[in-house]
Amino acid sequence: MAGTWGRFNVAALVLGFAFLYLPIVLLVIYSFNESRLVTVWAGFSTRWYVSLLSNRGLMEAAWVTARIAFISATVATVLGTMAAVALTRYTRFRGRLLFSGMVFAPLVMPEVITGLSLLLLFVAIGLDRGFMTVTLAHITFSMCFVAVVVQSRLVSFDRSLEEAAMDLGATPMRAFFQVTLPIILPAVISGWMLAFTLSLDDLVIASFTSGPGATTLPMKIYSQVRLGVTPEINAVCTILIGVVTIGVIAASITNKRRELRRRREELLAFGS
Amino acid sequence: MASLGSIRRSFAPWADPSAKPYIRFENVSKRFGDFVAVDDLSLTIYEREFFALLGASGCGKTTLLRMLAGFEQPTSGRILLDGQDLLRVPPYRRPVNMMFQSYALFPHMTVEANIAFGLKQDGMPKAEIAGRVAQMLKLVKLEPFAKRKPHQLSGGQRQRVALARSIAKRPKVLLLDEPLGALDKKLREETQFELMDLQHDLGLTFLVVTHDQEEAMTMADRIAIMDKGRVLQVATPAEVYEAPASRFVADFVGSINMFEGRLVKENAGIAHIRDASGAEFWVGGSTRAAPGDTVWLAIRPEKMRVSRERPPEAENAFNGEIWDIAYLGDMTIYNVRLDDGRIVKASMINSMRRLEDALTWHDRAWISFSADAVVLLTE
Repeated sequence: MAGTWGRFNVAALVLGFAFLYLPIVLLVIYSFNESRLVTVWAGFSTRWYVSLLSNRGLMEAAWVTARIAFISATVATVLGTMAAVALTRYTRFRGRLLFSGMVFAPLVMPEVITGLSLLLLFVAIGLDRGFMTVTLAHITFSMCFVAVVVQSRLVSFDRSLEEAAMDLGATPMRAFFQVTLPIILPAVISGWMLAFTLSLDDLVIASFTSGPGATTLPMKIYSQVRLGVTPEINAVCTILIGVVTIGVIAASITNKRRELRRRREELLAFGS
Repeated sequence: MASLGSIRRSFAPWADPSAKPYIRFENVSKRFGDFVAVDDLSLTIYEREFFALLGASGCGKTTLLRMLAGFEQPTSGRILLDGQDLLRVPPYRRPVNMMFQSYALFPHMTVEANIAFGLKQDGMPKAEIAGRVAQMLKLVKLEPFAKRKPHQLSGGQRQRVALARSIAKRPKVLLLDEPLGALDKKLREETQFELMDLQHDLGLTFLVVTHDQEEAMTMADRIAIMDKGRVLQVATPAEVYEAPASRFVADFVGSINMFEGRLVKENAGIAHIRDASGAEFWVGGSTRAAPGDTVWLAIRPEKMRVSRERPPEAENAFNGEIWDIAYLGDMTIYNVRLDDGRIVKASMINSMRRLEDALTWHDRAWISFSADAVVLLTE
């Protein structure tokens, strides 16, 4: 009996993971394909990675994307953190519910609508579409994700710490930067990374708000794929996956290390 | 540290009409929506006083403390510190520091950095900060722990860091919110005396909020008993205990036996009182009540005697049955059921090592007290 259930579990596990990762594994494998044809295996090679370096279009798009992601994540983190602080701190102001609803609505808003409305706004105020408009659009939609992440940390933040700082002579501003921010920093950093990733892989909103000279990598990939998948695209995607994977692993390792150190130090305190 | 004897000093500025008040709450009220946390309260505290606000949770004592610290604004009324109106002064400019109930130590800073925090805000030169921090660490005996983070400390050590941090700036007033609440009993007793020594040595004014009457009695020069946002009595610990102003105070501080009766007459300093069951009481002292008025007699258990025979010298004595006995070693508490059904509590010091012929359950006994042992209350 146990054997059959065991087999069932194993099968479920394999199927589940295959469903999740088979496409990605295929993509990674074919990025090392010698052949120009994406679906025909012709031996191992790294030639597509090399030719990627000389593909100016893709490289430019990658550089634009990285800049947009960096700027928009940074600005969104500042604004999102401010919104989160305001929402957790001032619990008694008029219209708080409406305001918090409005901050979180973009989380569930279809991207097409967000993109379209931003496009209409930019046209209305006569802003030329390009690098700036994409960045602004990304700030708008990723700042609410930052606000959610930071707010969930702030809920468990002991307010008396801030009061203690003020009691000891720190202005509210100093209290925030010297006490609150260092303590909620891990959440702020996760918020930044989330915003960065969201900006990095956004296609829909970027398509609406971008203009000439500001083609992001997802847009570039999408437009090239319509003309046929080239192995170069596979290579770009593999690199992207690599970057994200390394980031996630590094973050989880540092977290685990910090946890371990903390536990050791607590043991030390009990011993004394 | 100074020995305990030095603390017991003749210090009573409140009895001196020329003494200048240091902290004054003038008709202070604080409402949170419909809830009245502090209700038209006035209070005067003197310099170098160790003052305790004592009350059950929700009586408004913490709100009062937070208003002095600047975290809450009074709905109406004024708070003055050393002659200065504090209304428009933000918390970070008030010359008071607070020791928080949760200690509120900054978890990302070492013990040293925690203590130095307030000094840095004032822009004190680095060398001076280091000197002051070292001095504070020595004062609270935490020198070996300077480089540790708060989570690497025990509860008692954290409490000391919080204390050191709050006195590092030499505030005019130190506010302490349940300072010993998180410590175990033995540590609490030790720390009480350390706090008293510290207050005396530094010459600071301490305002402590507590729900623990023993703590307030031990440490404070004066105690304010609070209930429902009002102060019911402000007095020295001995006065609060021996001469409570009202039934609430009498009942709140320590345990007490209460009888309700009517004043029959008052003659030569002895009041004659009769209760509803017809029992007669003789009470010393003036009553400020007219014959026929309802009065309450409050007698502390340790001022009652339990004996087999009626003591001839006792002015008041009642016959009853031993209902319950709690032997505590140093003393024994008897619950005696009087013949009219009322239970009276008496505690007796076990001054003799006599185990035979002790009173036991269901023995007939006399419970007696002198006319001077009674506090007569009219409200």
